[in-house]
Amino acid sequence: MANSEMIESVNNVSESGTERQTVGASFCDDPKFSIRNASVFYAEKQAIFDVSVDIARHEVIAMIGPSGCGKSTFLRSLNRMNDTVEDCRVEGGFHLDGQDIYQDNMDVVALRAQVGMVFQKPNPFPKSIYENVAYGPRIHGLADSRVDLDEIVEDSLRRASLWDEVKDRLHQPGTGLSGGQQQRLCIARTIAVNPEVILMDEPCSALDPIATARIEELIEELSQNFTIAIVTHSMQQAARVSSRTAYFHLGELIEVNPTEMVFTTPEHELTEAYITGRFG
Amino acid sequence: MDNLSFENHIMKQFDEELEEIRTQLMEMGGLVEEQLRLAIRAIEDADSAVAETVIARESQVDDMEMSIDERCTLIIARRQPAASDLRLIVSVMRAVSDLERIGDEAQKVAKLAITLTEEGKSPSGYVEVRHIGQRVLLMLHAALDAFARFDSAAALETLKQDEQIDLEYKSAVRELVTYMMEDPRSITRVINILWVIRALERIGDHTKNLCEQIVFVVHGRDIRHGNE
Repeated sequence: MANSEMIESVNNVSESGTERQTVGASFCDDPKFSIRNASVFYAEKQAIFDVSVDIARHEVIAMIGPSGCGKSTFLRSLNRMNDTVEDCRVEGGFHLDGQDIYQDNMDVVALRAQVGMVFQKPNPFPKSIYENVAYGPRIHGLADSRVDLDEIVEDSLRRASLWDEVKDRLHQPGTGLSGGQQQRLCIARTIAVNPEVILMDEPCSALDPIATARIEELIEELSQNFTIAIVTHSMQQAARVSSRTAYFHLGELIEVNPTEMVFTTPEHELTEAYITGRFG
Repeated sequence: MDNLSFENHIMKQFDEELEEIRTQLMEMGGLVEEQLRLAIRAIEDADSAVAETVIARESQVDDMEMSIDERCTLIIARRQPAASDLRLIVSVMRAVSDLERIGDEAQKVAKLAITLTEEGKSPSGYVEVRHIGQRVLLMLHAALDAFARFDSAAALETLKQDEQIDLEYKSAVRELVTYMMEDPRSITRVINILWVIRALERIGDHTKNLCEQIVFVVHGRDIRHGNE
């Protein structure tokens, strides 16, 4: 939280009627993302209950919670990935730099470039390493020439800490890389279109510890230039990479606090129970 | 977050491991308390045999320190404890170090008891030793009791006693200086008494540290060095 002071949160009573308030520091001045009273439904079933939180510029915020707590659903609502899910309905305010991302005339393709996403399973296109990275900038018209494009590809691969490993085989298939390399390729692909926010949905759960450490190291570096929201099942990972941690429980946002506080002196007993392994 | 419990982990074995280090800490506390009690008695009764017992058992205290430390290290490595579990481990590791130092000071007192017994002679200064000794013993007992129950209110109350002990230490030093001025032949002996009450005063400081660790476990607040 270098640039913004967190303000004690006082959220509204949730619509589920359980009068539960998010405890901790949910809000900040001049947030990158500002979410207010967000609820998400899958048909009749409500998955997210009245969540309000700010995401600060260039912070890494980790979202943790037991399976089915809504953390991934929440993450996906930040770049309208839920639009692709039939029967999914999103309510509440989602403002990126003050702009409502759910307004009718929003260009969703542009939004998803601005708010990029990295998934659990590395999913490179069945194309060359070069093409995987070049595809986005090309369709978004970010490169005027082949030289420009080469530059973007190299720069993105460098920033994803992959360049040295692939520079001699740029035209081989991306799917031929190891799992960890594929994931870094996906990160390179995401940052090639100059996003402002990167959403990561359990980006390391399919990777071995070494590849995981590389990605975590990368997250740390990327946070210099990007705002990052990461969903993770690994509490140690949340503790290692994030500056703030948000704990979700049964679709409600229970606590948001500086990570060092969440893992030493959590404010809410549900957070405590979860991070100490007392229920799952 | 004041209702501390170290049970109900999904991994039952983790519950047992935490219970184990608590039990061991209490055993070590009991042993150290007994060491201090005997050391003070050795001075009061001029009983070298009791003092020898204290000296002989000191290595047990050291062994317990290492054993508890090792268990804590293992728990960190295997369980990656967080929140109250983490605070418990950290505070136990700090507490065993203070208990071990208390053990050392008790041993020091026992050694001085032997020296003083060999010298025989007048009991001047014993009143001070008895007085401070009793206070320190009570304080240590209260601190261990508070640790067993994770009672931070009791810990904060107990912690205040250190101030009183410091005051009494200073006043005892003044008293002993007077003895030495009155009778320079007593200087060697009185200096040994001084070492004894100095050791007792240090035990008060270590006991205060124990109390601070209880507050850390319960509230996650670090109140060492006068932090509020």
